[in-house]
Amino acid sequence: MNAPAKKPAGRAGRNLELPEHLKAYKGVWVFIEHDRGHVHTVSWELLGEARKLADTLGSRVGVAVLGGADEPLEKFAAEAFTYGADDAYIVHDPVLHGYRNEPFTKGLTDLVNRHQPEILLLGATSMGRDLAGSVATTLLTGLTADCTELNIDPASRALAATRPTFGGSLLCTIMTLAYRPQMATVRPRVMPMPPRDTTRTGNIVQATLGMIETDIVTKLLDFIPDASSNRINLPYADVIVSGGKGLKNPENFRLVFELANVLGGEVGATRPCVQAGWVEAERQVGQTGKTVRPKLYIAAGISGAIQHRVGMESADVIVAINTDPNAPIFEFAHYGIVGNALKVLPALTQAFAEHLSRRRKQAA
Amino acid sequence: MHIVVCIKQVPDSAQIRVHPVTNTIMRQGVPAIVNPYDLFSLEEALRLKDRFGGKVTMLCMGPPQAEEALRKCISFGADDAVLVTDRAFAGADTLATSYALAAGIQQIAKEQAVDIVFTGKQTIDGDTAQVGPGIAKRLGLQLLTYVSRIVETDLDARTITAERRAEGGVQVLRTALPCLITMLENTNELRFATLPAMIHSAGYPVRKWNREQAGIEDVSKIGLKGSPTVVSKVFGPTPRSEKAEMLDLDASSLRDVSVNLLQKIFTRHPTLEADLLMKEGS
Repeated sequence: MNAPAKKPAGRAGRNLELPEHLKAYKGVWVFIEHDRGHVHTVSWELLGEARKLADTLGSRVGVAVLGGADEPLEKFAAEAFTYGADDAYIVHDPVLHGYRNEPFTKGLTDLVNRHQPEILLLGATSMGRDLAGSVATTLLTGLTADCTELNIDPASRALAATRPTFGGSLLCTIMTLAYRPQMATVRPRVMPMPPRDTTRTGNIVQATLGMIETDIVTKLLDFIPDASSNRINLPYADVIVSGGKGLKNPENFRLVFELANVLGGEVGATRPCVQAGWVEAERQVGQTGKTVRPKLYIAAGISGAIQHRVGMESADVIVAINTDPNAPIFEFAHYGIVGNALKVLPALTQAFAEHLSRRRKQAA
Repeated sequence: MHIVVCIKQVPDSAQIRVHPVTNTIMRQGVPAIVNPYDLFSLEEALRLKDRFGGKVTMLCMGPPQAEEALRKCISFGADDAVLVTDRAFAGADTLATSYALAAGIQQIAKEQAVDIVFTGKQTIDGDTAQVGPGIAKRLGLQLLTYVSRIVETDLDARTITAERRAEGGVQVLRTALPCLITMLENTNELRFATLPAMIHSAGYPVRKWNREQAGIEDVSKIGLKGSPTVVSKVFGPTPRSEKAEMLDLDASSLRDVSVNLLQKIFTRHPTLEADLLMKEGS
């Protein structure tokens, strides 16, 4: 274990100086999350950030790819190279087929101790959060959750990880100065997809886990995939029409669904609507819901509280409909209509339906 | 069965306001509540106690006034409550917090062995979801996060089977006791506190442990000193330079405004129209 034994005491007994033995930690790593043959897009989004950070530091980008004996980890590594990775650290083992905390914690912790990256990024998914907390505690290092911005602090060369705090009402920048690696998680869709260079290649390093099934207490008995018919994929939707409490009652959400349907999009909602049980929790957009990045976001009857804003402000085009001309949503929407969403939504639905049907006929 | 449920007292974030000029949190008048995510774990613990008998012990790290949050849990049916409170814990990040809570659990386990530790999925003020996994790692407990349903508990075999929410599906996992579980939200409904229980909780002697009583000797593991992360800056979101272009409903008909808006959207995002035409619109 490379747990830092002696730490210099800084101001107020804080640990603000990097001990000599941790200065050897170099490189920016991303944990590659995959499931049933597919890499989670958040891993590529993180690779874009890792490349940027590594270029600032003048270091390399590595990926940790852990999985079962027969899983195509080399294929995932090749894909990672095209998104900016230089090195892939691969661990194949039968006990790594399907995520379990214990073997994945050991696998990732061992790789980090052996290769000593200075930064380790994971997706803030149910797997990434479960794993990151265990790995950071094993390594006794700092972990910053749900970051919305990652930079290198010019003075200390440390990772400056910015995240919303106090329910999304403020932002704070957090650094791990005296410990390595510096760990952070980022939610899906917070970072843009990096450009892909299909000619890029990299080095593959194979490692072993050193665990057998009988070592592992927790058994994965089954995996029940969600039925695709009721899967709500808000983070990756191109078009989202969202409703807030300005819609007055749950029945009026029908108007939101109708517009979303015409646009082939998803339906989102604010936290108060979800808490009131108007729509499913999976539809909540915001700091405690999903982060979305659609091409078009139409907000109907939403005031634009910061908790909601941090989840959707990266949308390419934001349209806001609200009766209150002073609603904060008009501060960051691109187009605004001061009016009753119950009247405006059907008009928009009709306008889009007519326009799209006319264009389809022209194309046919 | 002895269950420890860890909770945190948090400010009700729905009522937090930020001072518009100084960007500081205005705490006055904001009520303190039990972290809402913790209550799903409390209810699940109480259900296990209803079925198998035993005891539910609450544990919290926080200032002396966090006693109220523990009392609240007693009113729902928890049997005992411990508040780990000491100025030395101030400024703890998630790593230092998991150390202090793990120490508290070890002290509680000296009185009676612990079968299951529950924590909330995350808190509403920190939102990190790191303390549960941290405690499990420190105590060497098996970890089941984001549990949507406890399928089966076998006290003879000392195993527990649970469904865990994962990306794109549900994992069915079986593990051995003792373990640490974090419950997913909306997986159960918290019972009501009865009037006698409320009266009982009002007078309940919540145990308050300082650092030594919590069994912590090494002060470098707790509070600011035990926290690898440093908050370097707190600031408000930057306002967008351009404000929304407003479309006036009074000047033209609703239909004209809608068509006008649609043209503006497609001009601003030139590829969007083609994307929409590709979709199966109706």
